[in-house]
Amino acid sequence: MSNIHVTTTVNGDVMEFLCEPDESLMDALRDRLSLTGVKEGCGSGDCGACSVTVDGRLVCSCLVLAAEAEGCKITTVEGLAKGDKLHPLQQKFLEHAALQCGICTPGFLVASKALLDRNPNPTEHEIRYWLAGNLCRCTGYDKIVRAVVDAAAELRRTA
Amino acid sequence: MRFAAPATVEEAVRLLGAEPGHAKVLAGGSDLIVQMKTGRVEPDLIVDIKRISAMRTITAEAGGFRIGACVPCLAMEENASLKATWPGLVEAARLIGSTQIQGRATLVGNLCNGSPAADGVPALVAANAKVRIVGAKGTREVDVLDVPTGPGKNSLARDEIVESIHLPARSAHSGDCYLRHTPRTEMDIAVVSAGVFVTVDGAGTITHARVSLGAVAPKVLLVEACSKAIVGTKLDAKALGALAAAASAACKPIDDKRGTVEYRTKVAGVLARRAAETAYARAKGAK
Repeated sequence: MSNIHVTTTVNGDVMEFLCEPDESLMDALRDRLSLTGVKEGCGSGDCGACSVTVDGRLVCSCLVLAAEAEGCKITTVEGLAKGDKLHPLQQKFLEHAALQCGICTPGFLVASKALLDRNPNPTEHEIRYWLAGNLCRCTGYDKIVRAVVDAAAELRRTA
Repeated sequence: MRFAAPATVEEAVRLLGAEPGHAKVLAGGSDLIVQMKTGRVEPDLIVDIKRISAMRTITAEAGGFRIGACVPCLAMEENASLKATWPGLVEAARLIGSTQIQGRATLVGNLCNGSPAADGVPALVAANAKVRIVGAKGTREVDVLDVPTGPGKNSLARDEIVESIHLPARSAHSGDCYLRHTPRTEMDIAVVSAGVFVTVDGAGTITHARVSLGAVAPKVLLVEACSKAIVGTKLDAKALGALAAAASAACKPIDDKRGTVEYRTKVAGVLARRAAETAYARAKGAK
């Protein structure tokens, strides 16, 4: 099995890595680029913990081959904050205690940002359906939904 | 395993034909990569077709639409014209897995994967869609109905690729609808599903209908007895009853953890009726 050389832009920075042909993008981001905010929950596309965006599309990085990322623009949770300043979604997740163990949180943040980029004023119904592919076994979801509603309002105020 | 990402469909076909081992086509990967992880498939070669630009677009063609094999389900909803013309099909695409899956998964993949419960397929069959298949021996156009042959199986030769789907031109007074039954409202697999397409005349009488059922047989069904039950009617109670009876009569389902034979057979009739009511309302101009 010969390794594949991949060049991508991750969170705005051009990055290169070598990967196995059957290696997932999730594994490459975590193990080759040390972006360990990408979490492995199920490894089969059911839980959303490994959510990232690839060329603006929200995807489960466990169901993307690393080799597919050649030339793509990837955003992970590490790309949300600006320096020490948290993204409003991150801030609202803290204020609303929208996390407990935290394993699902990066995926929820990336998925929620993808929603608000597309729809700055989603209804609770829309938020719940958009986030249906992100599983959390701590919070019961209500706090997450409230945090997203609040972050959306904050983003609209500052837009 | 090797990975290739050709820039043309001809090169993709050549790679598939030249591979002595097991080659698999990769589009959205939401079935293939899961199957690789569980060891159900162990390909020697993966051919990623997403670098083939013509397969990534939705274009108007012959009064209808051509949807490339690599168009993800979410991109279908983002196409306002497609969504307005084929709302049932777009709704079906938006039922396949989560938002994350819909950002990758494609209707062609849904079709070629051969699941009897595939959400996109009954809607495509109701729409009378055709696929364009490219292979070493040339190009052929095939009814969607003839692509899956049974659970996990399709009629493609090893050096063939579905390049695109074509949705035909439809008259203005037409409507489609797809409904599925699942215990949950999202992230679930259809227990039973129904796709309906109808065309009406100025008086509201149905002049043409196609009714398909999913998850009630080894592959998707096109049920002509259902069409006969409603063509020539205004979808009154008698026609709806005949439609439901014809749908239930066509079922040859299995018993499994998602539903019994009796349950699937009954619900198929209910869903065919409800989908027909929505398709009919849309044909008469409802939004």
